[in-house]
Amino acid sequence: MDMSNSWNWNTGKKIIAEFGKWEDSFDWVEEPYVSPDGEKIAAVVKTGEMEFGVCVNGSAWENKFDKIWYPRFAPDGRLTAIVSDTGAWTLAIDGEAWEETFDYIWDTRFTPDGKTIVCTAQQGMQYLLVKNGVPWGEATYANIGHSAISPDGSRLAAVVQTEDFSEGDIFKFQEGCYSVAVNGHPWEHNFVNAWEISFSANNQHVASEVRLSLYDYTIAVDGQTWKRFYPSVWKPLFSPKDNTVTAPVKTPGGWTLACDGNPLWSNTYAQLWQHFYSPDGERIAAIAAPKFGRWTIAIDDRPWSATFGDFVDEALFSPDGQRVACVGVENKKHQIVVDGQTWAGSYDMAFQPVFSPDSQHVAARVEQDGQFLILVDGTPLKETFTRVWDPVFSPDGRHILVRALEGRGADMVYTRTVLPLTEILG
Amino acid sequence: MNDATAVETNKIYDKGIEEGAAKLTPERIQDVYRQMMSAEAGARLKTYVETCVSCGLCSEACHFYLSYDKDPRFAPAGKVRQTMAKLMKKKGKVSVDFMKKASEIASTECNLCKRCAQYCPFGLDVAFVMLFVRRLCHKLGISPQYIQDTAHSHSATCNQMWVKEDEWIDSLQWQEEEAQEEIENLRIPVEKEGADIFYSVIGPEPKFRAQLIYQAAVIFNAAGLNWTMPATPGWDNSDMAMYTGDNEIMARIKRRHFETAMRLKVKRVVMGECGHAFRSIYDMGNRALGWRMPPVEVTHSIEFFYELLRDGKIKIPEKFKPTVTIHDPCNVIRGRGLHDMLRYVVHAICENVVEMHPNREHNFCCSAGGGVINCGPPWKMKRVNGNKVKAKQLFEAKGRGAKTCVAPCHNCHGGLEDIIHHNEIGMDLKFLGDIIYEVMEKPERV
Repeated sequence: MDMSNSWNWNTGKKIIAEFGKWEDSFDWVEEPYVSPDGEKIAAVVKTGEMEFGVCVNGSAWENKFDKIWYPRFAPDGRLTAIVSDTGAWTLAIDGEAWEETFDYIWDTRFTPDGKTIVCTAQQGMQYLLVKNGVPWGEATYANIGHSAISPDGSRLAAVVQTEDFSEGDIFKFQEGCYSVAVNGHPWEHNFVNAWEISFSANNQHVASEVRLSLYDYTIAVDGQTWKRFYPSVWKPLFSPKDNTVTAPVKTPGGWTLACDGNPLWSNTYAQLWQHFYSPDGERIAAIAAPKFGRWTIAIDDRPWSATFGDFVDEALFSPDGQRVACVGVENKKHQIVVDGQTWAGSYDMAFQPVFSPDSQHVAARVEQDGQFLILVDGTPLKETFTRVWDPVFSPDGRHILVRALEGRGADMVYTRTVLPLTEILG
Repeated sequence: MNDATAVETNKIYDKGIEEGAAKLTPERIQDVYRQMMSAEAGARLKTYVETCVSCGLCSEACHFYLSYDKDPRFAPAGKVRQTMAKLMKKKGKVSVDFMKKASEIASTECNLCKRCAQYCPFGLDVAFVMLFVRRLCHKLGISPQYIQDTAHSHSATCNQMWVKEDEWIDSLQWQEEEAQEEIENLRIPVEKEGADIFYSVIGPEPKFRAQLIYQAAVIFNAAGLNWTMPATPGWDNSDMAMYTGDNEIMARIKRRHFETAMRLKVKRVVMGECGHAFRSIYDMGNRALGWRMPPVEVTHSIEFFYELLRDGKIKIPEKFKPTVTIHDPCNVIRGRGLHDMLRYVVHAICENVVEMHPNREHNFCCSAGGGVINCGPPWKMKRVNGNKVKAKQLFEAKGRGAKTCVAPCHNCHGGLEDIIHHNEIGMDLKFLGDIIYEVMEKPERV
């Protein structure tokens, strides 16, 4: 969810924090994280013997903890971290811990608006999900994984172990000891395995990859399996348009895309995964290997001609659904690819490209020889950075926000810069 | 094979094979055989099985054959004859008892070590054939119980040892705290995006050998490297599904491993001292997914330690004193050619080194590899007795002063430990990391 309307889009550079000097104040400074609007930089710091805090823009949280890890900003700018106080674990938000504590807690997740924060928790060797500090219900399980949140945050789902079995009891395992629980309640049927989970856009339906025996894979939607089984499947998705469910499936001829158990695409691929919808649901794209060892993007079953030998990753549609960008890697060199065209430079690392709200521009951060750059439509910013986070376009698409660490050692500063696109593109 | 051994091995009961076989019929065997031959058996299998002229050159290459009094049933060609060759000749029309024996041969009498392929004048790869038999057994539901359980663990938890997600993270934090008592401010950085290195380990490390994570952390910190370990499934590089023939689970867990590396935006995966995991992420798992090579660079610990020592990233003020000998793990020596780097590392950290012979790419397997040790207690003595050759090598090395055997592979450790104990050889076993940690210059604080 885009909350950037309320951010400061006045052009210019601002030093937010003298990050390099934090080590003068703390014995231990971990790697920093920055807020979506770029106004805050935070890192876990050691404040005393067996005492840790989170430093935000130079000031540590008032509350200290025995242990802190996984600091992450929510999309709404709140800063979360997993904290332990005398062995009891919980989540702290802007320094205030949830009242409820657990034997362990991990895997912080957010809804796009940041209002719902979910963690996985263990209490007494039983497992559950926790939403905004409250357990998802009475139900706990012997194991849990693959958690998912509905888009509005009203429902949670996870793969849960519903039957006890001893290690070594292979035949009990093969009867099916796992299911998917939604808001703590498991589906009626058990499966040998269940893996990744998706919610429908209207929050009402849940789909998961499942294995019915050691050999039969399919998709279960709200607990009911497709009629057709496959030698393997990957994560299903709901169409934002009509709630049909699609998933990459393996067939005798190769991988293809199926919809509600029927073939949707006619081509087969050496591999097909991470499919994704355009925002309006009209188009589907996926990472595909048209032949062994070559990778690309297929859009509506039509692969790009540009292929890459190492891998393709970080693919996404533009807001208008007309364009697709990704990272393609060949011989360890990372390149940004937009609409099947590869930008000129190749880099040691490249991160997920970002589209402007009007879908006209693409920006990306890349790393080369230990320095970070921002590219806009293939053109690099003049400055290089010690570290940089994903660029953000302004709502009107005329500016770009650069969040960066500049300088080295004690002179390292965290800066927030808003640049007009014209300054970059001319 | 002498009679006593024959009786002993025939008495072995494996629940996975026996109870799985109880549900089988000859018709089902033939159906699955036909499906597999039509969908998965290409010219390669046919060539390997039908080209063999029974010249016997592979026999002397196999530690099972040599250890079981040169019984031809344990010769690589003999194993093919007793399994795939007969299946092909009979077009899958075989009995349930035949398949039970085929499962036993493929899973417990062949370490897939590929030593025999080196001596075959045609380069026939018996390991490939045995893996095909294992996959057939997987499809028929007659894999040995313990390794099948491990494959189940991979499918459910994405690691080898049923380690739950919180247990994994807790292990890292526990090892970090332990190590901080020795080196102030030492970190095991978890989920650090953009680190240069993702250090990946196998399931037994958090479960039974957590000190290896501690030692690795000390080495990474002393070398001043930018590294991380994930907090998510995908941390485990091991893969017993590869060895049961459950290629779909093999592919699934390798995808998770590499996507973890991609998500963390690391430049490379450095993996701990494990051989079979290297085979999985460097050869079989990646290729099952469509990657010709690992999508993210993979460096085995031998090569990694070689780099650190060569570049002076870690200092060895005084070498390890007791005389050591070197065991060459098949998957990283025959599979990757790291034997010279291994010797560079061992000589850089140890004062006195004596070699076992044959060595390097001609080494004898530990008899644990290829998932054989993972077939568990029922098969332990068959495995240990099946490697008297290695016991002899170790005794000879001991006779020349070796007090410690260096083996940079987890399964080799398991196998060699059993051989050393059973044969009362009296020799210590160490990983490279054990010795490096012991002799390296350590900072007091980071």
